[in-house]
Amino acid sequence: MTYMTKPKMHHPDLKTNALGFTRRDYEGPVSTLCAGCGHDSISAAIIRACYQLNLQPHRIAKLSGIGCSSKTPSYFLGASHGFNSVHGRMPSVLTGANIANKDLIYLGVSGDGDSASIGLGQFAHAIRRGVNMTYIVENNGVYGLTKGQFSATADKGAKNRRGVPNMDEPIDMISMALQLGATYVGRSFSGDKDQLVPLIEGALMHKGAAFIDCISPCVAFNNHDGSTKSFDYVREHNEAVNRMDVILGREPITAEYAPGQMEMVRQHDGTYLKLKKIATDYDPTDRVAVMNYLQEHKARGEIVTGLLYVDSDADDLHGYLDSVDAPFNSLSDADLVPGAGALAKLNASLR
Amino acid sequence: MQSTDISNPDYFHKVVDCQWACPAHTPVPEYIRLIADRRYADAYMINWKSNVFPGILGRTCDRPCEPACRRGRVEEEPVAICRLKRVAADYKGDLTGRMPTPASAKNGKRVACVGAGPASLAVARDLAPVGYEVTVFDSFARGGGMIRSQIPKFRLPESVIDEEVGYIEALGVETRYNSTVDSLKSLLDDGYDAVFVGSGAPRGRDLIIPGRQEAAANIHLGIDWLSSVSFGHVEKIGRRVIVLGGGNTAMDCCRSARRLGGDDVKVVVRSGFEEMKASPWEKEDAQHEGIPILNFLVPIEFLHEAGKLVGMSFDKVRAEYDGDGRRNLVSTGEAPVRIDCDDVLVAVGQENSFPWIERDIGIDFDRWDMPKVDALTLQSTNERVFFGGDAAFGPKNIIWAVAHAHQAAISIDKFCHGGDLRDRPAPDVTVISQKMGIHEWSYDNDIQNDMRFKVPHLDLGIALKDIKEEVELGYDEQLAFKEAQRCLNCDVQTVFAPKLCIECDACVDICPVDCITFAEDGPEAELRTRLSAPALNLTQDIYVSDGLKTGRVMAKDEDMCLHCGLCAERCPTGAWDMQQYLIDLAQVSPIKTRTTRQGVQA
Ligand SMILES: Cc1cc2nc3c(=O)[nH]c(=O)nc-3n(C[C@H](O)[C@H](O)[C@H](O)COP(=O)(O)OP(=O)(O)OC[C@H]3O[C@@H](n4cnc5c(N)ncnc54)[C@H](O)[C@@H]3O)c2cc1C
Ligand SMILES: Cc1ncc(C[n+]2csc(CCOP(=O)(O)OP(=O)(O)O)c2C)c(N)n1
Ligand code: SF4
Ligand code: SF4
Ligand code: SF4
Ligand SMILES: [Mg+2]
Repeated sequence: MTYMTKPKMHHPDLKTNALGFTRRDYEGPVSTLCAGCGHDSISAAIIRACYQLNLQPHRIAKLSGIGCSSKTPSYFLGASHGFNSVHGRMPSVLTGANIANKDLIYLGVSGDGDSASIGLGQFAHAIRRGVNMTYIVENNGVYGLTKGQFSATADKGAKNRRGVPNMDEPIDMISMALQLGATYVGRSFSGDKDQLVPLIEGALMHKGAAFIDCISPCVAFNNHDGSTKSFDYVREHNEAVNRMDVILGREPITAEYAPGQMEMVRQHDGTYLKLKKIATDYDPTDRVAVMNYLQEHKARGEIVTGLLYVDSDADDLHGYLDSVDAPFNSLSDADLVPGAGALAKLNASLR
Repeated sequence: MQSTDISNPDYFHKVVDCQWACPAHTPVPEYIRLIADRRYADAYMINWKSNVFPGILGRTCDRPCEPACRRGRVEEEPVAICRLKRVAADYKGDLTGRMPTPASAKNGKRVACVGAGPASLAVARDLAPVGYEVTVFDSFARGGGMIRSQIPKFRLPESVIDEEVGYIEALGVETRYNSTVDSLKSLLDDGYDAVFVGSGAPRGRDLIIPGRQEAAANIHLGIDWLSSVSFGHVEKIGRRVIVLGGGNTAMDCCRSARRLGGDDVKVVVRSGFEEMKASPWEKEDAQHEGIPILNFLVPIEFLHEAGKLVGMSFDKVRAEYDGDGRRNLVSTGEAPVRIDCDDVLVAVGQENSFPWIERDIGIDFDRWDMPKVDALTLQSTNERVFFGGDAAFGPKNIIWAVAHAHQAAISIDKFCHGGDLRDRPAPDVTVISQKMGIHEWSYDNDIQNDMRFKVPHLDLGIALKDIKEEVELGYDEQLAFKEAQRCLNCDVQTVFAPKLCIECDACVDICPVDCITFAEDGPEAELRTRLSAPALNLTQDIYVSDGLKTGRVMAKDEDMCLHCGLCAERCPTGAWDMQQYLIDLAQVSPIKTRTTRQGVQA
């Protein structure tokens, strides 16, 4: 870990966003993770995304569980709300927070152990309820914090540092998220910010459950030959289906690509996802086709990345519950506790 | 683009902005760290080796290093490099055993130096300890040249000059003071193996306008007047004084006049304030002493009554720029401005003059009557005669005089031993990794946010009473420490090993000033636009390295790097290392002053 604080000095040409903040204003204290950890790159990508989207730091809540990945919210968005939950329990804490105040932007940060091992049930239910959130799993295939045991996403046959292979089937969180009804699904790689930053931006602007599986090499325990989550392995097997840009507001939409190569997907809030297709036959709006595509390519040993699925008309938990427009935490006691008379009336209506 | 060749000593030397800008290439960050360590004598000796006059320069240097200082780019003001040099001199204590001693055996070669200014003295310093018989001639009774005759004592006390001229005189140099050389030919006939001309630029330019003759008794040439003041021949001036000129000589004239009875002293300059030749701090000091600077006034005539100066009249002008951006001063057409005065000091320029050099002894002069001197070797067209300091290329300053002297000494040494003068010796480069532990460095890599500390000054009331009272008090040890901590250690270089890099981006993410980028290769001009922060300062290199697994290149903009070492701290593989590059320019004499924080090295 690094002991000194990152110098306040920044490049004199550093730009400010529409709120007058520089990118550096979205940082937190210096990370205590191992030098070179993929998770730190994801933190940098989150910082960049929030800066570029002009998000107000105090309108963001970052929640996490336990693990190196779950520690990272301490190291970005120093001026945002944060909650570090029990191992694997981030999704339920996030759901509760979202119920209480639906006006904040929810960012759940978790690990493959936190979400696919101990927290698998929590993960599943938060997704299937359509909680309006960005859920990022920083996926390194191991329990980094407890010194590198295989996690539930480790590929069958992948070897640990001593050369011992993993014999259990991996849990594919992307496939699960698709099956459970996530309405924005992407996979990326910590070593490719050009792809990752817009993917996070799109997720933050998406209404509904947005899930990103981000492969994030553990330099200490899972970056050796025989690992399927190492920098080298992921770079060799990465197959991006598309490249994405998030277009804010009413910026002009220029068609710089031949027809069929570029697609504009309008999001609920009026932003556009500009998708440059790489796999021309890939349609990210057809859930069943996407699931098939992913299975086929996985069988070929490819790691498919990009914006994999999006439903831009999606609704969220509050829509399903038909809750009032105002966030619950802004309601007065009188609104929340209508009194014995109202209860008697309700009971009478059910008799 | 081509990968950077970091084995070329110039590459990392250039990154040390201050050292690169210093004509004598003083290892600035190294001496600043030693000051922070309170190792003042070590800091002094590093300076003494490079620039020969640390105590003098620490008070008077033109400091080209400071405008170059990186701190001025990432923050507002540069590190007070010059005044920290003075700290080394002020607190150095006992130097016993550190100075070279006179050569125990002479090498049989004789060198004459004309003039005992900084240029000649530095040549003597370099040559005497290795066995040359050096004879220094000067018309004045004591050594120092204009350092002694021109620079006012309130900026530079006599004791400091005596001390530092003394170190050189103690090296077995023969001094012939009070003796003017009136023929170079006869000096050459005396059989010297080489002659170094360090005679300076001794003539003040006059201002010939109406009234000059009639009012002559109260019109003084600045540099003549200043030397008369220095040598105690002049102790008074009129109450109302006009100083003409916008250079440092004018600033010294007005501040001296202020101390010799002038209570209404004005500086009058043809040009605007910004274009004045005087350094910003000299102008500031003059204004601080209650001296107004009046700009855009061109002298018309000296006004006199009954043979006595009563004032001057000036034409008010404004600056106009022609198509080529050249400035012309154009009269505003307003009525002439009259300023009454008792004395005028003319400080409008300084010239060379070589009446004592015969024109038929093989030394070519150009159409400005300046000797033709080779800029690299300092040799004239007579192979036995070398020039340096103000005599070589016109008036400059002390540090340039010293820089010329080191090069001239190398040339003279090669000349006396039949070497090729154009084959210049390479610098001595010492590379030391600063890594001590995973997050421990043998330099203080934390960045301080303090702004530049002001140097305490003597109370004006006292300062203006005595022309010999030094007006700057210098930093005390606490202030010196804090100011030293502002230094960014630009000589501790970021050195990249592409074979070790796994392209994890950790360095890119941590860098506080967005220096580092991994990108597709391209031509330099285009690559500069694609960096994390576009590298638009073309005076600073970008460090490019190929050999990465993905085929991309690492490109680091040297411009804003804080040398904080965070890239190296966050690198999992040690692909970045922080390495101190000590670059020691070649000199003739093997003076052993190199001290590193690891200990004293030969
Ligand atoms: C008023 C004033 C203030 C200055 N302030 C500064 C300052 O603050 N900082 C700075 O860096 N520079 C300053 N300078 C400039 C600096 O003094 C000179 O650039 C520097 O001294 C040049 O050194 P030099 O060795 O070439 O010659 P000089 O210092 O000029 O020395 C030449 C010597 O040669 C002697 N000499 C000349 N001809 C003969 C001869 N024929 N025989 C014998 N002896 C001879 C002269 O007597 C003189 O002593 C100032 C100059 C002036 C005029
Ligand atoms: C209830 C509970 N069980 C077990 C642990 C031990 N533990 C801490 S972190 C961790 C695994 C974290 O793995 P992951 O989420 O992949 O995070 P990483 O460190 O790999 O980023 C485990 C099992 C715990 N802290 N709490
Ligand atoms: S153990 Fe692995 S996951 Fe944890 S900080 Fe180190 S590299 Fe990152
Ligand atoms: S030392 Fe490294 S991290 Fe620090 S400013 Fe320079 S390149 Fe950036
Ligand atoms: S931190 Fe080190 S390994 Fe990582 S990209 Fe930078 S130089 Fe390469
Ligand atoms: Mg993990």
